Amino acid sequence: MTATIRPVAVLAAWAVRESLRRRVFAIVALLTVAFVVLYAIGCSAAFRQVNTLTGPDGVDGREFAGATLNGLAMFAILFLGSVLAAFLTLSTVRGDAENGLLQPLVVRPVGRAQVLLTRWLAAAVVCSGYVAVVYTAVLITLRAAGGWSPDRIVGPGALLAAAVAVLAALCVLGSVAFTATANGIATFMVLGGGLFAGLLGQVGHGIGNRSLEHAAHIVSWALPFEALYQAALSLTTADQVGLTRFLVRLGPLGGGDPAGVWLLPYVAGYLVAVAVVAMAATARRDL
Amino acid sequence: MALEPGELVGLLGPNGAGKSTLVKTVCGLVRKTSGEVSIFGAAAGSRESRRSIGYLAETFRYPTWCTADELLTLHQRLAGSDGDAQERARLLVTVGLPEAANLRVEEMSKGMQQRLGLAQALVGSPKLLLLDEPTSALDPVGRRLVRDVLAHLRQAGVTVLLNSHLLSEVELVCDRVVIIRAGEVVTQGSPHELARPRGVRVETDAGERVIDGVKREDIPDLVAKLVAGGEQVFAVTPLRSTLEDVYLEAVGGDTS
Repeated sequence: MTATIRPVAVLAAWAVRESLRRRVFAIVALLTVAFVVLYAIGCSAAFRQVNTLTGPDGVDGREFAGATLNGLAMFAILFLGSVLAAFLTLSTVRGDAENGLLQPLVVRPVGRAQVLLTRWLAAAVVCSGYVAVVYTAVLITLRAAGGWSPDRIVGPGALLAAAVAVLAALCVLGSVAFTATANGIATFMVLGGGLFAGLLGQVGHGIGNRSLEHAAHIVSWALPFEALYQAALSLTTADQVGLTRFLVRLGPLGGGDPAGVWLLPYVAGYLVAVAVVAMAATARRDL
Repeated sequence: MALEPGELVGLLGPNGAGKSTLVKTVCGLVRKTSGEVSIFGAAAGSRESRRSIGYLAETFRYPTWCTADELLTLHQRLAGSDGDAQERARLLVTVGLPEAANLRVEEMSKGMQQRLGLAQALVGSPKLLLLDEPTSALDPVGRRLVRDVLAHLRQAGVTVLLNSHLLSEVELVCDRVVIIRAGEVVTQGSPHELARPRGVRVETDAGERVIDGVKREDIPDLVAKLVAGGEQVFAVTPLRSTLEDVYLEAVGGDTS
């Protein structure tokens, strides 16, 4: 292994281990178990009721219920994944430097850029794993409770994981300038801002307000976790048509919007840009 | 300011003098605004220079979830140390924590964590050891242990820069003391050189007094003169200025 790759591998393994052994992971895991249990109870009740109802012509009630419940779950997964990502990365630079955790590492023959990169990589790996596990649990629950499955299985989960990885990258960038508390607040405000913009975009779409749609579009490019979330939602009902499609696209907490062909390349470039800015700012920082 | 290989240098100065900044500049944690800093020929902050360094920060913390053994293993790997479990065990014995290998950091007292920090700094047998207030959290026994470690390191040819507020400690272990103020070296030398003679204390039947300007070789003449003058001399003690006197003189009473 080369002199550059070896420290990265060592630090990445350490950061993953740290992520899994910190109390925040146990707390999020506990909350997730509670969420999945309550979600299963809710799904069971919802599908039982849908089976006894007759909806308007052209609306598949079971499809509508399944897509809505899945939309709710995807919002919860994005939120919980973001909480995990934020808590794992919010003190990466300034917070850890002020606590004296960072200095012993960067005095070793390891670059600051490598420390930054490995912290983000570890958070992305742990959070992606978390998203995959919870998303799978949700799919199993929906299948078991109502016999419903999304139109696409893998794509939505992968896009959700990517959304959480983007948020982790923004949190790492914020950690260069902000203290841990301030960065945590900023990260959740960014998350809330992105999701709120997405909701407004859906409202704009519903009432035919081009300005709202345009504003939401700009926010989606500026904060692409929102675009990834919408793309994930959209994939879950990709094969629906007619009134059912219209209703499920409105979604319970922001509807789905299909990803253009440029979304994933843009997200890759966005992550590189965030990494470059974070590394440059960290390199100039006195510790 | 230069440190010779195998030299143990104490860095003194009032708060804000630049002691920690100097140490951090040598480590590459702080960028220099002027001048040159090199470590065994490599520019400070470069990867090559950091291979030679062991560092214990003034404000230090280690992840609370990991054990002493895990922390030392991480630093072994990052430092590219060939040492294995034997090196880790040896280091823990050196810093007086032979039973702490499987103890998590959160289970350790502050003093134990500082000793672990010293063990971490010694991973990979660095040629230059930078210690920023390494005994701030230690009790007298712990301080004695650190002094013994430093003496051992000097014998092993390790260069040490010790930043400490504890003058007595610096006086006891250092080959050379450098006093800085506002980023400038104001005086330096061995503790013995700095501690200049400053007269004698004389105890006679007339009482006790200090006579300035008298050197050790002048004492017989002084005693003879006092006896000739009718005084009974009970004791004459040569006085030397302490490192504290030198320090206060050098920093001009700047105790900020």
